[in-house]
Amino acid sequence: MPAPRVGLFATCLTDTFYPSTARAVLRLLERLGCDVDFPMDQTCCGQMHYNTGYREEARSLASKYAGVFAGYDAIVAPSGSCGGMVREIHPELHGSSDAFARTYELSEFLVDVLGVTDVGAYFPHRVTYHPTCHSLRMLGVGDKPLQLLRSVRGLDLVELPEAETCCGFGGTFAVKNADTSTAMLGDKMRCVLNTGAEVLCAGDNSCLMHIGGGLSRLRTGVRTVHLAEILASTEEEPWAATP
Amino acid sequence: MGSNPVTWLGSPVFPKAAKAALADTQLRRNLRKATHTIRDKRAKAVAELPDWEQLRRAGEAIKDDVLSNLDTYLERIEAAVTARGGIVHWALDAHEANEIVLRLAREAGTDEVVKVKSMATAEIGLNEALEAGGIRAVETDLAELIVQLGNDRPSHILVPAIHRNRSEIKEIFQREMAEKPASDEPRDLAEAARRHLRRKFLLARVAVSGANFGVADTGSIVVVESEGNGRMCLTLPEVLITVMGIEKLVPTWRDLEVFLQLLPRSSTAERMNPYTSVWTGVTPGDGPQQFHLVLLDNGRTDALADRVGRQALRCIRCSACLNVCPVYERTGGQAYGSVYPGPIGAILSPQLVNDMHDKQAASLPYASSLCGACYEVCPVRINIPEVLVHLRAEAVEAKGRTPESVGMAALGWIFNDARRYENAQKVGSLARHLAPSGRISSLPWPGSKWTSARDVPTPPAESFRTWWRKNRG
Repeated sequence: MPAPRVGLFATCLTDTFYPSTARAVLRLLERLGCDVDFPMDQTCCGQMHYNTGYREEARSLASKYAGVFAGYDAIVAPSGSCGGMVREIHPELHGSSDAFARTYELSEFLVDVLGVTDVGAYFPHRVTYHPTCHSLRMLGVGDKPLQLLRSVRGLDLVELPEAETCCGFGGTFAVKNADTSTAMLGDKMRCVLNTGAEVLCAGDNSCLMHIGGGLSRLRTGVRTVHLAEILASTEEEPWAATP
Repeated sequence: MGSNPVTWLGSPVFPKAAKAALADTQLRRNLRKATHTIRDKRAKAVAELPDWEQLRRAGEAIKDDVLSNLDTYLERIEAAVTARGGIVHWALDAHEANEIVLRLAREAGTDEVVKVKSMATAEIGLNEALEAGGIRAVETDLAELIVQLGNDRPSHILVPAIHRNRSEIKEIFQREMAEKPASDEPRDLAEAARRHLRRKFLLARVAVSGANFGVADTGSIVVVESEGNGRMCLTLPEVLITVMGIEKLVPTWRDLEVFLQLLPRSSTAERMNPYTSVWTGVTPGDGPQQFHLVLLDNGRTDALADRVGRQALRCIRCSACLNVCPVYERTGGQAYGSVYPGPIGAILSPQLVNDMHDKQAASLPYASSLCGACYEVCPVRINIPEVLVHLRAEAVEAKGRTPESVGMAALGWIFNDARRYENAQKVGSLARHLAPSGRISSLPWPGSKWTSARDVPTPPAESFRTWWRKNRG
């Protein structure tokens, strides 16, 4: 079987602020035998516009996405939220397209398409996992990320209490309703700190930026790491914090 | 005629009301305890039914049929109720409905009516309208009674006094009741309420109720409740006036089978609610001898005209969405400034008000992180996040040109072209020199809304695409 031709949809947030996550996806997928391409014309899925009420801007970005990602066997995004936007909302904005239907959140692609849960990763840290709302409720990834994390050597996985409660990010909600968002963040941080984990993992850098922004502000010493970076980490090339 | 009383006059926009509520430690504690308890119980009650998903789909389908053939079903229930000796009234809005009830109560020669817990009458501000007309409305549902005696506002659809704990309730009862409660033990509080209410039931000549369901085929009206106080109102007085939203219909008796499973498990987490009262017109010598059904529109046909928004009319007022909502859990219901709080309120109230230039109503669709917990539990599968986003688009349109819309358009322009986008990344990346520590803790407005509680990552020296171009391009 020829290697699947995978389009990497980095998402604008990860491309701009968290390039180490996108490089981790690349490394991981290549290690698993995929032929990965990053089409340079990609930008943003338009979720922020759509969710804030700017439908026309979002429509134009959905159409752009359909063109940019046409022809790949699969498109993989390190985000349940952007993946959900593409698969669930783009067809409504632009009409159906293979590019939308073939878009996967990373854990879905690994478990459902490649059929692997042990990706040969090594990450010797105490980790707790926050299932992001859109990966859980829009895409229905279920426990796939946990299956992947459980197979990581050296990783001490601790259960996060009230895991399925939103962290309070919600895109522009975090600024439009900053007080409520912060109250939600406070409870999420309390749950994270109660686990005694040194690393909080999730499949969305947006939620991690929010929770991590709070954890950093309070100097908690807990770090946020995207699922892709944990899965890309190996004994030969272990994960290292990027400056 | 004034504005629609579904939202309370003078309520601040949601973020402002929420800020005040979030600082109320007693409220936070009461709500957290109450919502977590009912949330867990609901999950257990629902998990008992292997066909829950099919029931949800059936509920959705029945309600959608009712909504798309509403004219037919409304005429059908009018004919059925009339044939069984009831009198049907049509009310276009809150004002008309209140006038009808006031006139009927006056004709019955009473200055006090007892009330069954009802969202429709709360929505139209009936108690206030009756009071202005010299008639006292006595709430008989325990939680509604607590709200009424406390001169308070409701904060939950099912449990309007959910924001109160038992010591607060004891204080209210001690202040307002002739016979004081012995302690703040639930048993003593219930006993005090019972003594207070029994007198009211026995003297009442007129009762006012809402309706959970109206069966179009037979003209039967259904009220479900836990306390039995509703049953007292529905059976003892001479005259019964029911105010029912026009979307409360089900086509046939058999359709109740679906909803009488969905509703109690979703709302009180019970397999079956303790009291289900059903009556059809008037039965000579048994129960009220005069029955009036007031069919209430009050913005519903406007909502029905909205292709996306109309699904809110499927709502059976179970409050499951409130109990799971992380926003509601922290702000409480009063922050929504409406008798309909929580996720359902955030999509229903603005539609009933039907004016996105109303700043308070227009702020409600934004009172959500779009986490989707509400949609997951909704027994009639209302896609609340979808409607929230739809209403946000209406709010944006109503506002016209704002700093936000200009910013969003600019960002859209940048995102539409990868070259412009990459240039913007490069400019943004310069910000890293301002914060060599790796974190930014303070930004000017509107970034300050973020940095009030959260650091911002400093942009990296190169974006992923720049790295790709160098290494793989």
